[in-house]
Amino acid sequence: MGNNTENLQNIATQVRRDIVRMVTAAKSGHPGGSMSSADILTALYFQVMDHNPATWQRDGKGQDQFILSAGHLTPVYYSVLARSGYFPVSELSGFRKMGTRLQGHPSVRKGLPGVTQASGSLGQGVSVAAGLALAKKMDGDKHLVYVLCGDGESEEGQIWEGAEFAVHHSLGNLIGITDWNGQQIDGPVESVSGGGDLQLKWQAFGWNTITADGHDMEAILTAFDKAKEMGKKTHRPTMILFQTDMGHGVDFMAGTHKWHGKAPSPEQCEAALAQLPETLGDF
Amino acid sequence: MKKYTDTGKKDTRSGFGAGLLKAGQADERVVALTADLKGSLKMDAFADAYPDRFIQCGIAEANMIGAAAGLAIAGKIPFVGSFAEFVTGRVYDQIRQEVAYGCTNVKIASSHAGITLGEDGATHQTMEDIALMRALPGMVVVNPCDYNQTVQATLAAARYDGPVYLRFGRPSVPNFTDPDQPFEIGKAYVMNEGKDFTVFCCGHLVWEALQAAQTLEEEGIGVEVVNVATIKPLDEETVVASVKKTGRAIVAEEHNMAGGLGEAIAGVLARRLPTPLTFLNGEDRFGQTGTPAALMELYGLDAANIVRKVREIVK
Repeated sequence: MGNNTENLQNIATQVRRDIVRMVTAAKSGHPGGSMSSADILTALYFQVMDHNPATWQRDGKGQDQFILSAGHLTPVYYSVLARSGYFPVSELSGFRKMGTRLQGHPSVRKGLPGVTQASGSLGQGVSVAAGLALAKKMDGDKHLVYVLCGDGESEEGQIWEGAEFAVHHSLGNLIGITDWNGQQIDGPVESVSGGGDLQLKWQAFGWNTITADGHDMEAILTAFDKAKEMGKKTHRPTMILFQTDMGHGVDFMAGTHKWHGKAPSPEQCEAALAQLPETLGDF
Repeated sequence: MKKYTDTGKKDTRSGFGAGLLKAGQADERVVALTADLKGSLKMDAFADAYPDRFIQCGIAEANMIGAAAGLAIAGKIPFVGSFAEFVTGRVYDQIRQEVAYGCTNVKIASSHAGITLGEDGATHQTMEDIALMRALPGMVVVNPCDYNQTVQATLAAARYDGPVYLRFGRPSVPNFTDPDQPFEIGKAYVMNEGKDFTVFCCGHLVWEALQAAQTLEEEGIGVEVVNVATIKPLDEETVVASVKKTGRAIVAEEHNMAGGLGEAIAGVLARRLPTPLTFLNGEDRFGQTGTPAALMELYGLDAANIVRKVREIVK
C-alpha cells in the first residue's frame, strides 16, 4: 500500500467524521449512503478528477465535471468539496441551516462553489451528465464527466433513458458511478423493487461496466483508471459499480437501511466518532 | 378598426422552425433537441443546416430535459421541442429541478397545444400547460398569435438569458402580424384600440378576437383587442390601462380555466383595479376528437361566441 493510498484513506476517515458530525448537528440528513460513497468520492476529488477549485466555474470548461445524481448525499459531497478547497471547511457547520449555502440537497442558487447542478429528485443526473459530456464532445474539450447514482435510485426510469442516450451519442467521456450498497430507505433494494442484475442491465444498454470494492482505495483507483481507458477505446460510456456497505466505517451504522436518512443522537455521534480518528482536524 | 390582412394561412410551429434556423444562424451556441418529433416541430431546416447542433433524443422526454440542462450549463442555448403535453405535464419535475430551480438557459418549444390539435383527441390536447409553466418561479411563458410573431418570439427567446416556455399550435391559421416587428418578452400588444370593451387573448384566439371586434364595431361597440403574447411576466401596465378605459373585459384562451391567462389577468386586476370579467376557455374539461374549427365552436372559443358574449354584457 503506497503513501498516496494511505493519505486518501486518512482523508476518507475525516470525511466520515464530517458526515457524522454534520448530520448530528443538523438533526437530519442522509449519513448511510454518504458513508458508503465516502471512499469513492475522496478518490475522485483528491486523485482521479482533473479539476481546480481556484478556477472552477459552473460551465466546467477545461476541467472534469461531477454530477451528484443521488442529491441526498450532500453530507459526503459538501465534505469532499470543502476538504478539496472549494469553500472553507468551517462552513460545514452550517449544513441544513437556514440562510446557509449548504442546502439540504444541492442548489445552484446559493453560490456554493463546486456545485454544477441542483439534484434531489432522483434519477435525473445521468441525463444532465450526458448533456455536459455531449457539450464537451461538441467543443473538443477532452475532459471527462462523472456522475454518481445510487442502486436504489436506479429504479427510476429516466436513468435508463439517459443510459440509452449516452450510448447513442457515443459518450466515451462519461463515467458513471453506482454506490451499490444494496440498501434504500424502505429496506434492502431487492426487497423493495430493484431485483435483477444491475451490472447486466448496464451492459444490456451498451455501457462498459466494471465492478470493484468501493472501500478498497487501491481497487477504486484501479477501477477509475480502467474506466478512463475503456471510454477512450470504445467511445462508449462506462459504469463502475462499486460494491459498498451503507453506513460503512461505523459498526453500528453499517450494512442496514436504517441509517439511510436518520441522524445519530449526540451519544451515538460520540460512539461513532470514537471509531473514526480525527485525521485532518474537525470543522 | 385597424386593418389586418391574412397573408395566407400558416401553422405557428412552422414559425418556430423558421425562427430556430435564424437563431442558429445568429448564434452558434443555439442547439436543438427533439424526442422523435423533428418533423412535427419543423426542425428539419435547422437539422439540415446544423447537423452537429441537432440532437435526436428518441422517445425519452425526461432525459431530453436533463440533457438540455447539461448542454445549457456548458454554455449552449438548447431548444427542446415536442408536443405540448410531452414537454410540460410529462416532464414537469424535470423542468422544475433541471431548468427552473437549476437556473439553466433552456427554451421549451411546445407544439400541438390546446384543442386545435384536433383529431388526436384529449391525450394530446394539453389545456393545462400554461398553468404548469406559470407556477414555476422565473419561467417566462410565451404564446404567440401567428407565424410571423412566432418567428420573432423564437428569436427573442434565443436572445433572452433564462428559461422560456414557447407555445405553438398544430393547424394553419391566419398570418397577419408585421413580419419585421421584433418580439418583446413581457409586452402585451394592443392590436386594436376600443373604448367600450377589452378582449385579452393569446395564441390562435387573437385572430378570432380581431374578427369579433370587426363585427362589433359595425354595431357601434368599440372593442380593444390585447394580444397578451407573454403570459408571464405579465404586462400589468397595459392590462390595467386598457381596463381603466373600457371598464369591462373578456379573457379568451385555449386553455383550462385554472391557472391560465384568465387567472393571470384576474390576479392583476383584483389587486390593482377590480373589474367585472368574463372568461372564455376550456373550463374544467378535457378536449376531444374533432376538427379544430368544430372544437373551437363547441368550446365557445371562436369569433362568433366572442361577439355573442360581448353583446350580452354590453346590452
